[in-house]
Amino acid sequence: MNILLAIVVLGSIAAIFGALLGFASVRFKVDADPIVDQLDALLPQTQCGQCGYPGCKPYAQAVADGEAINKCAPGGEDTIKKIADLMGVEVQPLDDSHVSGDAVQSNRPKVAFVIEEDCIGCTKCIQACPVDAIIGAAKQMHTIIIDECTGCDLCVAPCPVDCIEMREVPDTINNWQWDLTSIPVKQLD
Amino acid sequence: MVESVIERITRGHFWDFHGGIHPPEQKFLTASKPIKQLALPKQLIIPLQQHIGREGDLLVSIGDHVLKGQALTLSTNLMVVPIHAPTSGTISAIKTSIIAHPSGFSQLCIFLDVDGEDTWRKRKVCPDLEQLSNHEIIKKIADAGIAGMGGAGFPTHIKVNSKPDINFLIINGAECEPYITADDLLMMEQSDAIVDGIKILDKLLSPAFILIAIEDNKPKAIKALQQATAGIEKIKVCVVPTKYPAGGEKQLIQILTGKEVTSGQLPIHAGIVMQNVATCFAINEAVRHDTPLIRRVVTVTGQALDKPQNVWALLGTPVNFLLEKCAVQALENEKQPVIMGGPMMGFSIASELVPIVKTSNCILVPSKTEMPSAFEKESNEVECIRCGQCSDVCPSQLLPQELQWSAKAKDYPQLEKLNLSDCIDCGACAYVCPSQIPLVHYYRIAKAEIRQQQQLDLKAEKAKIRFEARKLRLEKEKMARQEKHKKAAAARKAAMNKATPEATGAKSAVAAALARVKAKKAASKSGSIDSQNKPVDAVVDEPVNEQKSQVAAAIARAKAKKKLKQEAALQAPKSDVLDKENPAAVVAEQPAQAEKSSVDDKKTKIAAAIAKAKAKKLNAASQSIVPIAPPITAAADKVAVESSLPEDISPKGIRSEKTSAEKPANTDDKKTKIAAAIAKAKSKALAKKSAQASSLSASAIVEESVIVKVPVTEEETMDSSAAPDAVNQSAEGESKSGAADKKAKISAAIAKAKAKKKLKESNKVDSNVTNKD
Repeated sequence: MNILLAIVVLGSIAAIFGALLGFASVRFKVDADPIVDQLDALLPQTQCGQCGYPGCKPYAQAVADGEAINKCAPGGEDTIKKIADLMGVEVQPLDDSHVSGDAVQSNRPKVAFVIEEDCIGCTKCIQACPVDAIIGAAKQMHTIIIDECTGCDLCVAPCPVDCIEMREVPDTINNWQWDLTSIPVKQLD
Repeated sequence: MVESVIERITRGHFWDFHGGIHPPEQKFLTASKPIKQLALPKQLIIPLQQHIGREGDLLVSIGDHVLKGQALTLSTNLMVVPIHAPTSGTISAIKTSIIAHPSGFSQLCIFLDVDGEDTWRKRKVCPDLEQLSNHEIIKKIADAGIAGMGGAGFPTHIKVNSKPDINFLIINGAECEPYITADDLLMMEQSDAIVDGIKILDKLLSPAFILIAIEDNKPKAIKALQQATAGIEKIKVCVVPTKYPAGGEKQLIQILTGKEVTSGQLPIHAGIVMQNVATCFAINEAVRHDTPLIRRVVTVTGQALDKPQNVWALLGTPVNFLLEKCAVQALENEKQPVIMGGPMMGFSIASELVPIVKTSNCILVPSKTEMPSAFEKESNEVECIRCGQCSDVCPSQLLPQELQWSAKAKDYPQLEKLNLSDCIDCGACAYVCPSQIPLVHYYRIAKAEIRQQQQLDLKAEKAKIRFEARKLRLEKEKMARQEKHKKAAAARKAAMNKATPEATGAKSAVAAALARVKAKKAASKSGSIDSQNKPVDAVVDEPVNEQKSQVAAAIARAKAKKKLKQEAALQAPKSDVLDKENPAAVVAEQPAQAEKSSVDDKKTKIAAAIAKAKAKKLNAASQSIVPIAPPITAAADKVAVESSLPEDISPKGIRSEKTSAEKPANTDDKKTKIAAAIAKAKSKALAKKSAQASSLSASAIVEESVIVKVPVTEEETMDSSAAPDAVNQSAEGESKSGAADKKAKISAAIAKAKAKKKLKESNKVDSNVTNKD
């Protein structure tokens, strides 16, 4: 008799809580952002195509579909870490084939620069720029809108006279970061 | 609400803010000395940007001589504040130089070689404030280049241009940071000018009340301002208890009104505007005396100086000039730190050539005993012991130790959750920290990082938008292009369909060209079909097209060929039939020819010619059929041999032939011709056959023909009366005879095929045949 009672009591409790949980899952349902949008938000939006996809959103889609997370060269380690956190996978080092040039300078933000006396006005770089950051017309000198340039490198290759180069963004007061190294931190172990 | 606040203030009761500290004030070093007017320095270094915002556009170039107060840059937007020449002189250079910033970075500066004349530009003094509209006053403030002189350097003309109802205008004279006495002395010496400035602000903002907040450690300043504001009901001088950082904007508001400006809000949202006393002084100078902001009071202090004091420093004065004037003791000492700003919130400057700017209120040169930490290269930081003193003193009620951990871990989302942005960098936490952790330093790094990240995010967002826009644009252009092409094609079509002469001309020309092209194509096609020797099939296969004249021609040709073939086929049986009887016929004809040789001579000639032509025709026809003929010939050969002999018509044929042949000259030309042709063909065929056939078969044929000949000769005499109808009969006889029709056709075809084959084969024996003929 006691056993029966226990079963009934426990069973009813389980049923009550089950109903509660079921109700809560419907009533308080959270519409999470689609994973692709979240991934897209993590990517640097340089639209450089170094990952092998035509833009950041396609790569976000690919990552959501199981593509490797370590193909974003402009994003670097930080982005990989964020994607790993979001996707719940291991952090991987940046894919070697997607590291352009030496890795040391890849961390520094860069913008394209047109050597204006060499420009012949072929408009090829304008067509290559994914964010319309180059101004110019046929047979007129072109120039880069530095504020809009994402440093994606895509305009360098099409230039027939090699008059575009990537230059590091100089440090100014506006983008200066306090340097911790000026304060030697002693580790006490 | 406002009244109760004022009641409390008049009773001398104030609210308190959370935390705060009481560091040693050290104000006695400079507080008792008047502000010193300094001699002009040799050179001024004027940074283009001295405030929050952007630098203006340069108005001068190297070599220009400028007068005191002359604008050097032009304000192009609201956040830009112009700068002015602090004294007269010549611009010697415009280049980058180290500026007053913790980074020690260089920025564009104007180097002004002072000529010592100190000549003013023309000024327009405005004694009567009532003549000016608010707009004019604000313009004057903006043109004078006034930015908040308390520390942040926010452009003042934006701050005083607020429209909503202002409950309180708070004049900040708290000056809570240790060592600094610049505002204190300014209030003591220039109280009237400050109050005049406050009146201008009152006119602009028309607040309900004006509160002048002064810490209770500045009795002289309090007294001076109370005297200056005596009789003005609106202005209350509030003596607030000394506590660092009471001078912070949000803290002072809380002390005076009890209102807490929530995170992310501006005081203006609570109906409160705060201005520094030095800013009020500068406003008065600008509006009443047309004097732009070119100088400020700077406290030059520290125990390393012999003569610490407040000085009137022209903007752009290098720090080392000030230090010289204040007799620095240990300037030779390389390690001597020079701090710009107060001990709590200031920063070490990288070079003593750094110029004074609009926000520099203090130069601190501490001695080693005074501020040992500034001399130490290595930090004495140890691990946080979680004593919690930092959160006790934090005026923003943050959790400094939590912030510190997150800052070290670079966990920026967590820092934002902990409201790092509300930290005012006051340094109270670091001051009380027993582990000597430079907490504020970590926060500053984190803040810079977050700001950087926000900028990057913003940029990424912008890049994304631009990328999307570009994609859309390219798509649109593509569509437009397609649409254009479609339209152009339609327009062309429409133009062609119009009944104008040019259009029809063009149309017909195009049509003609098209027809030509098609015809060419068809010709090449039919040609290829011809070579395959299926002309009839080709005609059927060919899509009927009237325009293809060549095709039609081809068809005609093919038809002609077909007809020819049919003709030949019709003739073939006859000839075939006759062929066999040829020897007999020849035999039979021989006596007739002998009898009428004169007549026959001509006839035979004609017949020969016709036969030749026919043969030629047949030849041509046969040539086209040759390739398909071989497979049949094998079988046909047999059939021909079998069928040709027992033919029922053959006697008739022979008979008719004979009669026609035997008929004299009055008989039909046609008949004779045909007969001759037939004979000829027969003879030819026979010749071929015989040439090919063995001697045995030849003899057999001869025998047969002889046998056959016998009844013929018998009948000849009988039917001679019916001779005129003979040919017709023979033709009818063919159709009449039982199996004749079908058989004849088949045999004809077979014979024809045979004949052709033989013709081909007998090309070599042709000569023999002609000889025989």
